[in-house]
Amino acid sequence: SILLILSQCSVNSSVFTQEIMKWNGWGYSDSRFLFNKKGQAEFTGKRYRLSGMILPSLKDWFEGTFGASLQHKSPATVSAIYIYFFNAVQPPTLNEAFVEDLKSVGIPFSHDAEDRVFRAHGHCLHEIFALREGKVGRVPDLVVWPNCHNDVVKIVELACKHSVCLIPYGGGTSVSSALECPPEETRSIVSLDTSQMNRILWIDEKNLTAHVEAGIIGQDLERLLNENGYCTGHEPDSMEFSSLGGWVATRASGMKKNIYGNIEDLVVHIKMVTPRGVIEKSCLGPRMSTGPDIHHFIMGSEGTLGVVTEVTMKIRPMPEYQKYGSVVFPNFEQGVACLREVARQRCAPASIRLMDNEQFQFGHALKPQVSSIFTSFLDGLKKFYITKFKGFDPHHLCVATLLFEGNREKVLQHEKQVYDIAAKFGGLAAGEDNGQRGYMLTFVIAYLRDLGMDYYVIGESFETSVPWDRVLDICRNVKERIIRECKERGVQFPPLSTCRVTQTYDAGACVYFYFAFNYRGLSDPVHVYERVEHAAREEILANGGSLSHHHGVGKLRKEWMRETLSNVGMGMLKSVKDYVDPNNIFGNRNLL
Amino acid sequence: MAAKPPYSHRDPMLKKRDDFEDILEERRNSSDLRYALKCYTPVVYKGVTPNAASLLKTTVLQSDQLHYVVDQLSKETGVAADVIQEEASAILEEMAHRQQLSTVRFFAFTLSKAFKALFRSIHVNEEGIQRLQQAIQEHPVVLLPSHRSYMDFLLMSYILYTYDLVLPVIAAGMDFMGMKFVGEMLRMSGAFFIRRSFGGDKLYWTVFSEYVKTMLRNGMAPVEFFLEGTRSRTSKSLTPKLGLLNIVMDPFFKGEVFDVSLVPVSISYERILEETLYARELLGVPKPKESTSGLFKARKVLSEDYGSIHVYFGQPVSVRSLAQGKVNRCHFNLMPRHIPRRPSDETQCFVNDSAYSLVRAQEENMVLKPWVLLASLLLQNQSQGLLLDELTEQAVWLRGLSREYGAFLNWPDHMAPSEVVSSSLSLHRDLVKISGGRVQLALGGQAGPRQPCSSPITEEELMNQAVVVLSCTSYRNQALHVFLRPALLASAIHIATSAKKEEVYNSFSFLRNMLSNEFILCPGATLQDFEEACYLLGKTGALQMSQQEMQVTDSGQKTVNFLTAMLDPFLQGYQVVCRYLCEEATEALTEKQFIPAIRTFIVRLILAGSLRYYELLSSDLQKNALAALLRLGAIRKIKVADNVTLKVNRLMVNSLEDTLGGKLPTQKAVAARL
Repeated sequence: SILLILSQCSVNSSVFTQEIMKWNGWGYSDSRFLFNKKGQAEFTGKRYRLSGMILPSLKDWFEGTFGASLQHKSPATVSAIYIYFFNAVQPPTLNEAFVEDLKSVGIPFSHDAEDRVFRAHGHCLHEIFALREGKVGRVPDLVVWPNCHNDVVKIVELACKHSVCLIPYGGGTSVSSALECPPEETRSIVSLDTSQMNRILWIDEKNLTAHVEAGIIGQDLERLLNENGYCTGHEPDSMEFSSLGGWVATRASGMKKNIYGNIEDLVVHIKMVTPRGVIEKSCLGPRMSTGPDIHHFIMGSEGTLGVVTEVTMKIRPMPEYQKYGSVVFPNFEQGVACLREVARQRCAPASIRLMDNEQFQFGHALKPQVSSIFTSFLDGLKKFYITKFKGFDPHHLCVATLLFEGNREKVLQHEKQVYDIAAKFGGLAAGEDNGQRGYMLTFVIAYLRDLGMDYYVIGESFETSVPWDRVLDICRNVKERIIRECKERGVQFPPLSTCRVTQTYDAGACVYFYFAFNYRGLSDPVHVYERVEHAAREEILANGGSLSHHHGVGKLRKEWMRETLSNVGMGMLKSVKDYVDPNNIFGNRNLL
Repeated sequence: MAAKPPYSHRDPMLKKRDDFEDILEERRNSSDLRYALKCYTPVVYKGVTPNAASLLKTTVLQSDQLHYVVDQLSKETGVAADVIQEEASAILEEMAHRQQLSTVRFFAFTLSKAFKALFRSIHVNEEGIQRLQQAIQEHPVVLLPSHRSYMDFLLMSYILYTYDLVLPVIAAGMDFMGMKFVGEMLRMSGAFFIRRSFGGDKLYWTVFSEYVKTMLRNGMAPVEFFLEGTRSRTSKSLTPKLGLLNIVMDPFFKGEVFDVSLVPVSISYERILEETLYARELLGVPKPKESTSGLFKARKVLSEDYGSIHVYFGQPVSVRSLAQGKVNRCHFNLMPRHIPRRPSDETQCFVNDSAYSLVRAQEENMVLKPWVLLASLLLQNQSQGLLLDELTEQAVWLRGLSREYGAFLNWPDHMAPSEVVSSSLSLHRDLVKISGGRVQLALGGQAGPRQPCSSPITEEELMNQAVVVLSCTSYRNQALHVFLRPALLASAIHIATSAKKEEVYNSFSFLRNMLSNEFILCPGATLQDFEEACYLLGKTGALQMSQQEMQVTDSGQKTVNFLTAMLDPFLQGYQVVCRYLCEEATEALTEKQFIPAIRTFIVRLILAGSLRYYELLSSDLQKNALAALLRLGAIRKIKVADNVTLKVNRLMVNSLEDTLGGKLPTQKAVAARL
């Protein structure tokens, strides 16, 4: 069916990204964790460093941490076939006039159930959980694939003309319920998929900028620039799947922001199509004093004002040299103190992340089977040195992972500076390998959630930013709040409640919390999960943390916006929305 | 306060309380020395900071909080920062405890000997101990014992040592430090010393609060202090002091700890060691300065029988749960947390409410001995006394009533009531005399059998008799919290001009407000208290209520009479204070002169036979009355040179007096102002 409609149009093959992606889980279909017949964990596929490897300690960690058991399985209850062919999905409410006009301007579209369901969700736990159970709520009625800025202009015009609700869709990696269709929406909902707008339009080597269509996916952008010897350096954890437009719309942050900056530092020029017309600045000046920066109305607007179509962004020559590293600290307190000092001296490497003890142990559980006796002997020796000789308590020590970039000489110099600081806080260098594995984990951790869901374990991560002096307090209090809330809400097993500091700033840090629990014995696990996450967010706010560092607000965190921004602040945003989109064409109801 | 659940008519009789166990029993059967030298390995807080004890002082002296204040003071006064820092260091030296196990063991040994000599038993609720042990591991703990005796904190540490719990550090008044040797001993057993008043001294306050907070954050040991601030000389709970409670809650408000557990502890003495000492003090014999030699003179008390002690460790209260929905912790988001700030109104209100409910929690778990009931009855029958049989019969009646009202009564039900009565009387033989089968307060020797107690002739005689009466009231007062709300209602019905519910409520509200310096009455809980009182009186059949009216039943007359009589001395007392202020006080009356002057006035009235309650001579009542009138604005303080004079609004004082006496209806206007 999808082909029937699409065959009329020339659609680039990456429409079919969805065919190599899971429809009810994270990432590529070929890549997943599973417990094999021997009960050993392995990661399938060929895409990642971990792919095809056996992870001998994961099972024990998994069963020990969650009280889970390989005997108790909770596989997804429906196959794709059930959903798509037995009409679980509501038939589309089509705006015929809109569809006709769309046909006449030659923009490809589809109302196939699979296409619609695929674009009806992000990756919040409740969204994935529902899909696994075969539950589908309101989904877009139509998907359109504009090919360029002008296509978007046409679509938005038609949407205004026919009163259709537009929801921009980039990589679909939202974790704020931003892609959920408002159930109360009565108009036809059209998902505007930007995936066809994925070209680099030009590269300006004199000014080190590139002009890129906003639908491009992170890894493609990086790969294409790399071919020309450049990079953006913007590497959010989701970069395999998230899009440039999505980054702009959510104020994204990248792992290596210490060198390259966050999205707001990288962007030079933005073009966005709104119901009022196209908004863009008139020049590419690197900084302007022309009243409030209109880019800041666009960045973080979460699809409520229009569609970002093209972005001019800074590029850098590819780094000559990269080096991973890691440091073990006797405890989390010392680790945080070290990161704070690194930030004070403004000598943070491209990336510096500090995991707490639980994550350290988790990281260990993901160690692949070692190839030689020698490596395992070395590991044992290292462990002996750290715990026995240095006296680190294995239940308190924590690890920081580092990534240095630049020219070789400078990297080595920089590395020494950082390790010297770490030493003052009792930190011991723990090797490149541990560091590299830490970063690899970033990309596979989302796959692990799917494994958990096969065995009654659900979980998610959420983030905040917080002043330095509160980092330790917020970490302790939020983790404890999670544990207590789980207990009070009848969770039968102790949850995994852990955190890490993932970014350093002059005035504070970004903290990530991971939280998962075994839901056996609960009748409504998702509800419990949501209440706990809600409580955790309240705790974050009460401890001086922000509502979000980079995930955005979406619909998940809307309720706290007023207290976050003040009444006047809300009014300002509201009035911008009212001016730009008076008929709420961009009606995803995020943010406000 | 929307979150506060409406008062539920939970039957107070159904209150579940733990059983007790006598910790002296084992001491009487095994070696004290071995006990003092036992292996002591208490469980500690899971988040305890390693080396916290040794780093304590350094942590305080290097804290951002202290640095900030030192810098500020240095800027304000021009004194060099390091000089002020030195001063801070000296303050900390003077304050800090130096707990060491050897001293604790010494106390464990000597106190065992002393306790066995003084007391028949020390009862402790073991379940409470278990709860405490649990709490200590989970969160920083604050112990909040009631304060009736010097004994209290030694006793607390003794019990914790016995049960292998972490010994607390205790906030003690500086006056203890005056006792050279003992002061140091107490310090080594875990006491730290705070000056009684340091109102404006920012540096002192900072060092002090940082010291307490550091101990709490580190979680090395429970912090113990007395919510009431000082020993209650009257056995009534005192209006809680908020300073320390504010300090221990602060780390939670600021997110420095996940939670703080507050554990109210109720210590009840069957016979208070300081019994007559307190009475004399209340009558104006100044409190002897604590001195080591004084303590040794007190050795004669060792030869007396002080009955038993009951210590009840209440349910730990989580500050986090208390504050849920009442305190917005985001308040601290926009400023560095080390910069001192006045707590917000919301926070102050919360701390105040919490303090009241904690004191009420202490009250609720106070064990009452039969003697408390006997003292109440004897005080109401001072002139005639009661025949032993009558007394027994009434005591049994009162036993029933107090249980209905939820009293934690320790009445040995296996004994015949007459036996219970006579054994109680014998323990308190200093206060009662029995002649010709008639039981009376022991007011001087000359009153013969069947003869009304003769009026005193001289002031000295009067004072001696008053000592006995006040000693006795201190026992009755232990039961006041049980009867207080129904008694307020009974008195309100008595003074109200009609039986209309609304009128009665107005009177109730007036009385409650008037007496809120006297008793523990949570601010803002008038309606709740009224409903509770109605429920209790209704439940026992003393009161009949229709939609509009409330009427005392015939069978309830006895209860209502008893209740009104219980409150009557207080109402009379406040009226006398009012009368004095209207009739006798001069324009130049200073605050300092007030107590002696009012005492002279009352002595005169009693000697003239126009006043019968000796307990009005209690300076506690007089001070409370003054405080109430100041609070209501009937008196204003005016500072003249070094003196504070009292400016009396005669019209208002007069009308308050009349309203108290039931001569004037509780005016809406008055009620509204209150």
